[in-house]
Amino acid sequence: MSEELVNIEVNGIPLKARKGAMLIEITDAAGISIPRFCYHKKLSIAANCRMCLVEVERAPKPLPACATPVMEGMKVYTESPKALAAQKGTMEFLLINHPLDCPICDQGGECELQDVALGYGGDVSRFTERKRVVKDKNIGPLIATDMTRCIHCTRCVRFGDEIAGLRELGATGRGENMEIGTYVAHSVASELSGNVIDLCPVGALTAKPSRYQGRSWEYVQHAAVAPHDSIGSNIFIHTLRGKVMRVVPRENESINETWLSDRDRFSYEGIHSDDRLSKPLVDGVEVDWEIALDATVKGLKDVIVRQGADAVGFLVSPTATMEELYLAQKLAHGLGVTNIDHRLRQADFSDQATAPVFPWLGQELEELEKIKAALLIGSNVRMEQPLAGHRLRKAALAGGRVMFINPRDFEFRFPVVAKVVADPVGMVAALAGVAQAVAELKGESVPADLAGLTAGVKVSDTERTIAANLVNNAPATVLLGNLAVSHPAFAQMRALAGFVARCSGARLGYLPEAANSVGGWLAGALPHRLPGGKPAPAAGLDARAMLDSPRKAYVLIGVEPELDCWDGAAALKAMQAAEFVVSLSSYASVAGYVKVTLPVATFAETSGTYVNAEGRWQSFQGASKPLGEARPTWKVLRVLGNLCGVQGFDYISSEDVLAEVQGVGGSIQPDNSLGIGQPGWQLFQADGLLRVADVPIYAMDPLVRRARSLQSSPLAQPAEVRLHPDVAQELGVVGRDRVQVRQNGVAVDLPLVLDDSVPRGCAWIPAGLPASVVLGPAVGPVIIQ
Amino acid sequence: MSVRKSDLLSAHARAEIDQWVSRYPADKKQSAVLAALREVQHENGGYLTTELMDAVADYLDMSPIAVYEVASFYSMFELKPVGRHSIAVCTNVSCMLRGSDTVLAYIERKLGIKLGDSTPDGKFYLKKEEECLAACCGAPMMQVNHIYYEHLTAEKVDQVLDSLE
Ligand code: SF4
Ligand code: FES
Ligand code: FES
Repeated sequence: MSEELVNIEVNGIPLKARKGAMLIEITDAAGISIPRFCYHKKLSIAANCRMCLVEVERAPKPLPACATPVMEGMKVYTESPKALAAQKGTMEFLLINHPLDCPICDQGGECELQDVALGYGGDVSRFTERKRVVKDKNIGPLIATDMTRCIHCTRCVRFGDEIAGLRELGATGRGENMEIGTYVAHSVASELSGNVIDLCPVGALTAKPSRYQGRSWEYVQHAAVAPHDSIGSNIFIHTLRGKVMRVVPRENESINETWLSDRDRFSYEGIHSDDRLSKPLVDGVEVDWEIALDATVKGLKDVIVRQGADAVGFLVSPTATMEELYLAQKLAHGLGVTNIDHRLRQADFSDQATAPVFPWLGQELEELEKIKAALLIGSNVRMEQPLAGHRLRKAALAGGRVMFINPRDFEFRFPVVAKVVADPVGMVAALAGVAQAVAELKGESVPADLAGLTAGVKVSDTERTIAANLVNNAPATVLLGNLAVSHPAFAQMRALAGFVARCSGARLGYLPEAANSVGGWLAGALPHRLPGGKPAPAAGLDARAMLDSPRKAYVLIGVEPELDCWDGAAALKAMQAAEFVVSLSSYASVAGYVKVTLPVATFAETSGTYVNAEGRWQSFQGASKPLGEARPTWKVLRVLGNLCGVQGFDYISSEDVLAEVQGVGGSIQPDNSLGIGQPGWQLFQADGLLRVADVPIYAMDPLVRRARSLQSSPLAQPAEVRLHPDVAQELGVVGRDRVQVRQNGVAVDLPLVLDDSVPRGCAWIPAGLPASVVLGPAVGPVIIQ
Repeated sequence: MSVRKSDLLSAHARAEIDQWVSRYPADKKQSAVLAALREVQHENGGYLTTELMDAVADYLDMSPIAVYEVASFYSMFELKPVGRHSIAVCTNVSCMLRGSDTVLAYIERKLGIKLGDSTPDGKFYLKKEEECLAACCGAPMMQVNHIYYEHLTAEKVDQVLDSLE
């Protein structure tokens, strides 16, 4: 589509404009300001506030700039007496019912109404009648409402419809009695709900957690990067007298657009959690850094001297920065330790030698929304990477064929063209079916090393549909999500997905779990590779093996093993049996197995770099000082390196570290193409009822687990068992509130929920929650009584 | 096995809604919302409940709030239980000039209730704020259960209301 341009003139300035564009888009791009309330570039046009009225030559009345398409030769005046009179008139009407409570309004100082009223409002109101009062609504723990302030722009309503995919807010009543609300009181349940706070031009919808905490002009703004999913959303952290007060999106069209997920917006509350650690602990007792560091070095050396370096394991969080991951592996290798990993929730490492240098999205985030066909394998993308979900939703609404192979019938707020919902065994079989179907369609045969998986599969109609959509549409993509990575036969799934992608002409991609999952590969926080993806001379133990064959000592960096690892129970056991555990953590552990805790900074208190799903490196500076005596993790690692006598730890700043990592990993071009399967592979099998666990959206890492408001929001999941009603029937537990769950010989009582989105053969029991820790791995046999 | 919110709708209501749905393009089912609400309200003794609105939303693939918006916008929908017979007196300009205020006051006195209320026996409901019903030439007028009565006088009002069961 070539862009047709027309010539217009605004305030005497000649401009070129895309044909069909609305006037306001053109003036915005040209930096000519027109007041507006209801218009937002990411939402549909409502043209209901009339604030943007401008004079257009030969038009009898002022026209709304947001809803007036440009035309050749159009002459527009945005500040003529006629335009100004119209704008002032609108302003007067808008202020008639608006309360004069700016001094106690959280929006004060960053309020579009306040700003525009300053320019266009009268200083005395001619309205002497009664103002209308609207009762506030309780729409949950994240968004505070003051509905009397609402000016009915309907941005929040359109957001629900057009972006969140579920309309929860609406305008009920009529005329004077019109109100924005949910009608039936309930908490708004969207992973993106906080965005209405930014959209609302007035103080009707404000952030509840930071309400009344400070004034917008007192806040100091710091550019940063969100620390949870692999989108790497750009944010601003707002601090008041050095304390982190809130987080808002920083616009970046190619990453998060203008949006932010609730997790990234409200997780900062975890920074101020009650169990935040301000001093080092040895055996639970506060000590000076010197003593704690000595104890650490001694503890580690002791184990190494007596039992060898192989007795030590390093578990590093995938939300750690590049600098931290890099220094962690450097320290480990300096001590002779090869057991280091950041892939905490991965179950199957059998193909790691042939894995890409870093598994990435396979495309840019922006390309996701233009995809014509996508097969997501093991992904609840809405909850795992909310803004990737948003891009895919756009693709789906534009006719893209989004398809899933999932262990549960997740709710997606866009059309899903085909889906297979199956237990973990069925997932691999379904993928084998798709592989077979793609091969047939393309007239190829499945390569010999995968033939063991596709031999004898009967291709179902759904699998054939999925295959045909991938083959017949371009661009197409095959994406592996969090639930594929935690699948016990990840290698088989990856190999099959790789073949499906290659043979159908789709791109293979990963939806990495955490903010720096990609970075962990590049920085070399791996047992089998060095920084930059070079093979390690001798491979150490991966994250799972380090727990299955327990080590004598562990170094934990930002990790709470029982909540962050694939097999929480094994992790807990291994930690408890260890002789020495040192934890670099922002929080005091309740687990009791930690010998030394070194208090470290949270994401907002350190400088660092994340590499997002696209392989994009994004650095940021600390927004505030670490609490008390806590120190940035990279500094702690530097000191440990020096104290342990490891060479090359004389960094002055985190930039020095970054320069070193970039030297080895910065120029690597991402490539997801695979070494392929293994001859003689048999399809993954498992008998009996299988537990399947996801990690609930607000349980993914230590910080968000401590974000109070998110934890009380409707998307926070409790520990419970979800069973298909038929399965519950067979087990004879229908009608029971709670059931006993036994996994790996350990039993717990959990609430029972009947849910036909769970496939037969599965018991859905989320991980990452204290109540389910004692159970075993994320996928494994389970007995329910 | 799974229970749907639209299960609440009677077979008759469904048939009626389907007939309306069939008049619109397949992807514009929500166009039938007004007819659907009217039917459901009628079957429910003259008012809508949240459950019924949810049922309509489910049946027409709309979000519930979109149905609440419609139902709360139009004055012909009642969202609270009301008397069996709905009396709407037009008080707009033409009717007002022809004495609708007197008519209204008379009905209020006769039934012993205020505008917007129902009689305690649940027989009558005096509907609030009815705007011009396009019968100005017969002003003053009222609408009782969908039927127009024009050129109202006290006698005529008595006659109409007394004849209702
Ligand atoms: S609450 Fe805010 S965003 Fe929503 S309609 Fe009112 S003013 Fe607009
Ligand atoms: S911004 Fe144009 S009418 Fe509201
Ligand atoms: S004013 Fe009463 S019917 Fe028109």
